[in-house]
Amino acid sequence: MAHVNDTASQFPGQVHETPGGGIVLSKLDDVINWARSNSLWPLTFATSCCGIEMMAVASAKYDFSRFGFEVARASPRQADVIIIAGTIVNKMAPVLKRLYDQMPDPKYVIAMGACAISGGPFFYNTYSVVKGADHIIPVDVYVAGCPPRPEALLHALISLQQKIKNGLTREQIKTGKE
Amino acid sequence: MALTNETIKLKLIEKFGEQVLNFEEPYGLLTFEAPKENNLKVLQFLYDDAELGFTFLTDLTAVHYPTLKGRELAVVYHLHNLPANIRLRFKVYTDIETPDVYTATRLFESANWMERETFDFFGINFVGHPNLKRILNVEEMDYFPLRKEFPLEDQSRRDKDDEMFGRGGSIW
Ligand code: SF4
Repeated sequence: MAHVNDTASQFPGQVHETPGGGIVLSKLDDVINWARSNSLWPLTFATSCCGIEMMAVASAKYDFSRFGFEVARASPRQADVIIIAGTIVNKMAPVLKRLYDQMPDPKYVIAMGACAISGGPFFYNTYSVVKGADHIIPVDVYVAGCPPRPEALLHALISLQQKIKNGLTREQIKTGKE
Repeated sequence: MALTNETIKLKLIEKFGEQVLNFEEPYGLLTFEAPKENNLKVLQFLYDDAELGFTFLTDLTAVHYPTLKGRELAVVYHLHNLPANIRLRFKVYTDIETPDVYTATRLFESANWMERETFDFFGINFVGHPNLKRILNVEEMDYFPLRKEFPLEDQSRRDKDDEMFGRGGSIW
């Protein structure tokens, strides 16, 4: 995994001043990652209490649009990131998988809250809860909490942006080449 | 004359005699029992009688009493007379080996999915239900999770102190 550098939020590349203007030198991959990371549209997907907190993050007070999570899309075909906000039960599991499969690449996953990470409060003695959404789909960023504070979710979203800017796609990580 | 628990009870006894029994009024809610073969007759009577008029099925669920041998499962109907704003609770008991109870779907449309839910969680076989299959749990599930056949908690756990959960003393 590439290291997190401080310039992750700036435009990638160097500007060379020339008379009457300038030249930008950059890598196309970096520019694409920069563009992608600053426009991540989440899927409207909330299965329980964490969803309320996610809605708070979307609302005016916390407003994740400031960071490029512009609008929540109601269709997986228009979404870049799925925030798993809430408990995933066995009956929901195939639906979550299907939603994930319907999202176009590149796609990212945030597991929000104890339930999505591990089953959380329902880890023991349950007949219906999936013990972690990562049993079903791969997760990029985990946010701890029950529910996580809005600031924690914002931090997770920004972490995801840095992950995209700095590094490799999941496919690149899997195949082991840049 | 306003409809009271007493009038309802008298009318039921007048109509069904020995077949309605165990009248109680916990917290003022009239509660009684009938043999399971008669559940539809009683519901129909409560529905049709001009004065009773219990035309609204508020809730339908079941209870598992593991200690009542031969009548382990109770199906509970909560009925509401909307004009008089009076409620009652009606129970039928069934053996857990043959949990067959006639469906109320012909009388109340809303019984359809409440009976599916009750089947899903308690395994009551509602005879005559148009589509009796699991509704909330996955279809592959092969047990009925709300029967008291399962320990409430993983008995091997030592990290939970009952005192913290309002369930009496410490486990240690
Ligand atoms: S982690 Fe807590 S707040 Fe979030 S969905 Fe689970 S129980 Fe609800």
